Amino acid sequence: MAQLREVETTVDELKHLFSERAQTGETMILNMGPQHPSTHGVLRLLLELDGETVVHAIPDIGFLHTGIEKNMEAKTYLKALVMTDRLDYLNNIGNNLTYCMAIEKLMEVKVPERAQIIRVLMAELQRIASHLVWLGTHAIDLASMSVLLYCFRDRERIMDIFEMVSGQRMMTSYIRPGGVWRDVPDGWIAVVKEFLDYLPTTLGTYESLLTDNPIFKQRTQGIGYIGAQDAIAWGMSGPSIRGSGVNYDVRRAMPYCGYETYEFDVPLETGGDVYARFRCRMREFHESLRICRQTVERLEKTKGPFITNDRKVAPPPRSELATSMESLIHHFKLWTEGFSAPKGEVYAATESPRGELGVYLSGDGGPKPHRVHFRCPSFSNLQPLDYLAEGHLVADLVAIIGSVDIVLGDVDR
Amino acid sequence: MGLEQKLGNLGVVTMTLEQAVNWGRTNAMWPMLFGLACCAMEMISTQAPAYDVSRFGMELMRASPRQSDLMIVAGRVSRKMAPVLRRLYDQMPDPKWVLAMGDCASCGGIFNNYAIVQGVDEVVPVDVYVAGCPPRPEALIHGVMTLHAKVRKEKISQWK
Amino acid sequence: MTHIAKTVAALRKKFPDAVQEVIEFRGETTVVVDAASLVAVCLFLRDDADLNYNYLADLAGIDYYPDEPRFAVSYIVYAMTVNARFRLKVFISGDEPEVPTVTGVWPTANWYEREVYDMFGITFTGHPDLRRLLMPADWVGHPHRKDYPLGYEEVQFSFNWREVDARKPYAKE
Repeated sequence: MAQLREVETTVDELKHLFSERAQTGETMILNMGPQHPSTHGVLRLLLELDGETVVHAIPDIGFLHTGIEKNMEAKTYLKALVMTDRLDYLNNIGNNLTYCMAIEKLMEVKVPERAQIIRVLMAELQRIASHLVWLGTHAIDLASMSVLLYCFRDRERIMDIFEMVSGQRMMTSYIRPGGVWRDVPDGWIAVVKEFLDYLPTTLGTYESLLTDNPIFKQRTQGIGYIGAQDAIAWGMSGPSIRGSGVNYDVRRAMPYCGYETYEFDVPLETGGDVYARFRCRMREFHESLRICRQTVERLEKTKGPFITNDRKVAPPPRSELATSMESLIHHFKLWTEGFSAPKGEVYAATESPRGELGVYLSGDGGPKPHRVHFRCPSFSNLQPLDYLAEGHLVADLVAIIGSVDIVLGDVDR
Repeated sequence: MGLEQKLGNLGVVTMTLEQAVNWGRTNAMWPMLFGLACCAMEMISTQAPAYDVSRFGMELMRASPRQSDLMIVAGRVSRKMAPVLRRLYDQMPDPKWVLAMGDCASCGGIFNNYAIVQGVDEVVPVDVYVAGCPPRPEALIHGVMTLHAKVRKEKISQWK
Repeated sequence: MTHIAKTVAALRKKFPDAVQEVIEFRGETTVVVDAASLVAVCLFLRDDADLNYNYLADLAGIDYYPDEPRFAVSYIVYAMTVNARFRLKVFISGDEPEVPTVTGVWPTANWYEREVYDMFGITFTGHPDLRRLLMPADWVGHPHRKDYPLGYEEVQFSFNWREVDARKPYAKE
């Protein structure tokens, strides 16, 4: 059998994290283990409980640590792109996009307009898909099982859209440095439009089921409050910070892919509690739909290349390989050695459904990245869990974890 | 079966004990909720209405290992998680089966590095491997049906 | 003058010895400071009424082996009210490098510094809870260092199938 060591963590080693009452046994230390239906992944929580009330909730992470950052240093830029899909596994397009933006910034590659529009459309569809999973799992934690099944039914439609364009439901690797992998097929826009017309009706169902539901409100209002200054100090981002009234959205602060040309609002709530974050994300559905409709209109009008013409970065179309020697050489070099990035460090950020997703890329002149670091939003959003959960019941803790919307692939990388 | 042919439609079916027990085991095999990473999303999609796995009796994902028969290891198992996985497997009562879903559980997948266990069969004995990254819900259902076929062929001597 | 240019000028004025280098690359500004005055610089950036860098966006470690100085820690700080961000970098070397902690300035640095400690072995002096974060508690070594092996398993092809299979640990029930 492989080497398995059980590491016993005792109260002594973690004394500094718990209160003095744990020493005397007045409060109980309970392990909410890595395998738990409500932790949304492999998150281990060490709870110090006074009866049912949480005194401290210490997260113990690392159960999904994959060493992606180090593994990417061993692969060329394009091969490493495949690994980025698997970081935050509900935001595959967003991870690809952020990584490609970092490469494009480092290598000063310009992305054509049609590719930008497709990128925005795919990113917003991914946001809708991710929020559907959030809604389904959050609702089932608060005992509303039908919403989970409805949300996944709707998510299937988005997966069909992704499959039509890239061949894969989730890990698309569709966004490549310089543009996108290939142009959208015929009939795809019609499918997207049909989905955009279909979704508002089901969103209306979810809102009528949850938003004014007195049981839901009782379980979410006043729970897990964090103020604006504390949220900024703890480095939260995304809907978790916008639920506390801080107007920070990377699409507005550092616009990318032409977001400054689209009309959309950034939902802002001031409650600071679980209910405010819920309302924030529900409104984000509608804003994403708005952006998607605008991109579909533009996509029908804009013709052009779907990837940059710079053959040092993007492969030439296969039809050219038979006729042009240069294309063949470019194709050969790209597929054997890969393109080389200059020496330097850049940071590119996008707005993932969870917050600010950033890629800190350091190139060293070679075909493989020297260092890739991902600034993952769930990592920062999970840190203040102890602060958020203090004084609440264990059942409220489940609601808080759901509202912060963590994905353990993001936290552990 | 000759008895039935002679007596006609009396509402009686005869079968061997093996067949009866194996049929009972396959038709309501409860999976344990062990979604780790991306494959867990496809596992939940398999239980969602579009690819409904409750037709096979598996809609109920028990969170507790004590109440489940099948452990679907969905996702990459890191070295920190491996002892936990083994402990959960040990906590499951017999008869139990393990289905390694996805490339990471089968062989380490694309992550050939220090942090990921290269195939969950280093930790627990696996009955069925389902390939894919992540495997489509249809692929997972095919894996489940393969497991059912395997269980149906078990002999009394192999029962645990 | 842009906010960042104002910041760099204020830093040069207040900490003339600490600021070692200012790099402009691809539209981003990086200010290299020395480790000893890091906390003072960060407090100044956060508390000064004109600068107001209240958000720490990212804290990352980098290993430049075999170049010297070997390690660097990069802080991306962001002034939310003015929407300006730049990078602070600290270079350290040695086998047991040390950097003062900034958890007193931005509480979010807590886990980020634990992760850099776990992955690179850089000790953050003054950190309230410096333990391993992502690796198991008894792991030896710091994985993201360049001299730490990737730890990959030999790929099984048909020609070496039996040799690799014999070495591979399998679970027995």
